[in-house]
Amino acid sequence: MGAINSIEELEAYRRELAAAAKPDLPTVLVCFGTGCQAHGSRRVAEAFMEAIKEQGLQVDVNIGFKTTGCHGYCENGPLVVLRPQDILYLKVRPEDVPEIVEESIKGGRIVERLVYRDKVTDEVVPHYSEIPFYKHQHRIALRHIGTIDPTSIDDYILVGGYAGLAKALTMKPEDIISEVERSGLRGRGGAGFPTGTKWRSCAAVESDVRYVMCNGDEGDPGAFMDRSIMEGDPHAVIEGMIIGAYAVGSHQGYIYVRDEYPLAVRNLTLALEAAREKGLLGENILGTGFSFDIKISRGGGAFVCGESSALMRSVEGNVGEPRAKYIRSVERGLYNKPTVLNNVETWANVPEIILKGAEWYASMGTEGSKGTKVFSLVGKVNNTGLVEVPMGISIRELVENIGGGVLGGKKFKAVQTGGPSGGCIPERLADLPIDFDSLTKAGSMMGSGGIIVMDEDTCMVDVAKYFTGFLVEESCGKCTPCRDGLPRMLDLLTEITEGRGREEHVAMLEELCDLLTWGALCGLGTSAANPVLSTIKYFREEYEAHIRDKKCPAGVCKALITYSIDPEACTGCRLCAKNCPQNCITGKRKEAHVIDTSKCIKCGVCKDVCKFDAVRIS
Amino acid sequence: MTEMTQDVSRFDRIIERYERSEESLLAILQDFQREFHYVPEEGIRRLSEVMGVPASKIYAMGTFYKALSLTPRGRHTIKVCTGTACHLKGAPLILDTLERELKVKRNGTTEDGEFTLECVNCVGACAMAPVVLVDEVYHGQTRPSKVVDMVKKQVGS
Repeated sequence: MGAINSIEELEAYRRELAAAAKPDLPTVLVCFGTGCQAHGSRRVAEAFMEAIKEQGLQVDVNIGFKTTGCHGYCENGPLVVLRPQDILYLKVRPEDVPEIVEESIKGGRIVERLVYRDKVTDEVVPHYSEIPFYKHQHRIALRHIGTIDPTSIDDYILVGGYAGLAKALTMKPEDIISEVERSGLRGRGGAGFPTGTKWRSCAAVESDVRYVMCNGDEGDPGAFMDRSIMEGDPHAVIEGMIIGAYAVGSHQGYIYVRDEYPLAVRNLTLALEAAREKGLLGENILGTGFSFDIKISRGGGAFVCGESSALMRSVEGNVGEPRAKYIRSVERGLYNKPTVLNNVETWANVPEIILKGAEWYASMGTEGSKGTKVFSLVGKVNNTGLVEVPMGISIRELVENIGGGVLGGKKFKAVQTGGPSGGCIPERLADLPIDFDSLTKAGSMMGSGGIIVMDEDTCMVDVAKYFTGFLVEESCGKCTPCRDGLPRMLDLLTEITEGRGREEHVAMLEELCDLLTWGALCGLGTSAANPVLSTIKYFREEYEAHIRDKKCPAGVCKALITYSIDPEACTGCRLCAKNCPQNCITGKRKEAHVIDTSKCIKCGVCKDVCKFDAVRIS
Repeated sequence: MTEMTQDVSRFDRIIERYERSEESLLAILQDFQREFHYVPEEGIRRLSEVMGVPASKIYAMGTFYKALSLTPRGRHTIKVCTGTACHLKGAPLILDTLERELKVKRNGTTEDGEFTLECVNCVGACAMAPVVLVDEVYHGQTRPSKVVDMVKKQVGS
C-alpha cells in the first residue's frame, strides 16, 4: 500500500498486518548480523531455502522464513531461532539444516547437539529466553533486534513500530520534551548528558532552521551496539529522530554512519526509503502537517569525528576537526544552526519512552542513571556479545552471570570501560554498580558501553600504551596538548614496556595526563588521560615491575619476556619446530624440545600450535 | 591522453550520483576510493572543477580521513582489526606474522602489488576477536600460525 495519511490509518494498517500474520506458523529466523554472516549464515539461509523446497514445503504457507539483525550472541553464530517454540540453535552449519527441517520443523523435536549446553551443569537449555546469556537481560533499545526483518517496514509496524511517533504527534512538542526529561534518559553516547535538557535548550533558541542528528560513528574499539541497532532495527532510530524533530521543531535530520559499517548504511537507506513511501517521513507526516526528512552522511574513518563539533564539520563536507565549545551545538551546531545530536542507542530508546511513559522508564536503573544500557561484553569472557541490562548492575554480575565468567578459568583481573576515553577498573572493585556516575568516580567512563574483560594474561601497562597509541593516531592535531602531549606519553610508555623505564617516568606520565585533562580542546584529548591514570592508580605495582625488575608480570611485553618449552609437558611432536619461522626450535622426535632464545623473535607461533600447552612465557 | 579522458568520465559518473553540494564531497571521495582503490590526483582535480571547491581543500580531506588513500593500493586489502578486544586476544602477533611472512609493513603494499596491509580500529565484530578482513570478508578467531594460509586461500594465490 502507498502512503498512510493519518494516525487512524496507521492503526488500521497495523490491524490489517496483524490479521494477515500467522503467529503459530513455524518460522525460521536466521541471524544476518555481521558476526553471523562472517560465520557463514548466508550459506545457512540458502540451505534452508533448499531444504524447505526439497521437503515440499512452501514459504509463508507451511513455513515462515526471515533474516534478522544481530542477536548479540555473536561468538556462537550462525544463530538460528525457531518460532513459536523459541528454540535457539547455535553454530549451525549448512549440513545441519536438512535435519533441523526434518526433526524440528516437521517433527517438533529438538536437535540436541545444536542447542545451548551449560558449561558447568552440562544441562541442555533449548529455549532462547532461558539461556543465562539472555535470561538476565532487559531489552528496550534492542527490543526488536533478532526478531524482525530490518529490511521490512511491515515487520516493524506489526510489532508496534511508529506507535510512539503516532502518540507523539498528538502531544504538544513541549510535553514530549517534559516526558523525555522526566524519564531521566541520559545520552548513551558516553558523556551521559540529560537528553530532555538538551532538547529543551535547542528548542529555546530563536532560529528559522534547526537540525536533528544521529551519531552513528561508533569509533570506540570494543563497542558495537550502535552497529547492531542500525543494522538490526533501523526504524527504531528513525522513529526516535522524527519524534525528536517534532519536539524541537526541526525539518531536516542527518545520520552520520561509519563507512566501515556497510550493512548499517544499506539497512538505514532501505528503511528511510520505506518510511518515506509510507508517509512516515517527508512532507506532511501522517497527515499532521509536520514535515521532516533525514539524510545519511557516511563518515571517513576518523575517530575524532565521533566528537560532536568534529562530526558536524565532517557532515558539512570539511575536514572533521573539533572546535572549542564556548558556544554549544544546541545553539550553533550544524551550519551554525541549533542542533540536537544524539547517539544511535539514545534515539532507539525514545519511541518506547513516549509510548510507555516517563514513569515506566524511570522505574528502571539507579537514582542518577535511569533505564537500561546496552553493553558489549568482550575480551577474556566466556559469553561475548551484546547485552542490555538495567543500569546499576554490578560489574561482577555482568561478567559472571551473563558473561559466564572469565575465559578458560583464568583469574579475573579488570574490566576496561569507555574505550580510549575510559579506564581500567580492578577486580577488587567489581561490585561497583555500572552507571554514569560511579564509573566516572572510579576514574573510568561509561563511554559507549564497551566492557572489555581482562584476565591475568593482560598487561596493564601494555593496555595503557595501546590506548595512547590509538589516540596518537586518531588525534586531529589541532591543539598542542593533544598533538605533542600524547606522543610524549606514548614514548614514555614505550620506554617502560621495552625495559628502559626509569623511576621518574610514572610521575612524568601523571604530569602529562594533567596537562591533557586541563588543556586539550575536545573530549578526545581531555579524556585521553583516563586509561593511563586508571592503570597507574590501580596497577602501580605492574609499572614498577616493568621499571625496577625489568619484568612483565603478565607475559605480554615482548622485550621483557622469553619463550621456553616445559620439558615435562613437551611430547616431542615436532609441530612447533616445523612451524617456527626462525628454525630455532630443536629436539628429537618424542623428546623434549628446546628454543634457542638468541634467535627467537617471540612471534608466538610455537605457543599457538602446541597442542600440549608446553610453551611457557616468562 | 585517451586514458585520461576515460578516467574523467569515470569520475563524472560517480560525481553525478550526488547533489552538487559540499556535503557530498566525502561520499564522492569514498566512491573514488572504492572504484580505484585510492583517490587519484585527477579525481581531486575533476571534483574541484565540478564542485567549484579548491583542490587544496579536497586534498586536505584526502589526507585526514583514514578511509581515503592518495597512493595506489594493492589488488587485495588485508585489514587487521586492532580494536581492544582483538588486541587482547592476540592481534599484535597476527600483525607481526603478516608483516614478516608477506614482507610488508603495516599500511604498506607488497612489492608485487598483491596485498596492502592495513590496521583498522575496531570493525565492530569484537565477539569474534581477533578479526582479519580480507577484501571485506571477515575472518574471526584468527591465529598466527594459520593467518597467512587463510589469506592465500581466500585470494587463491
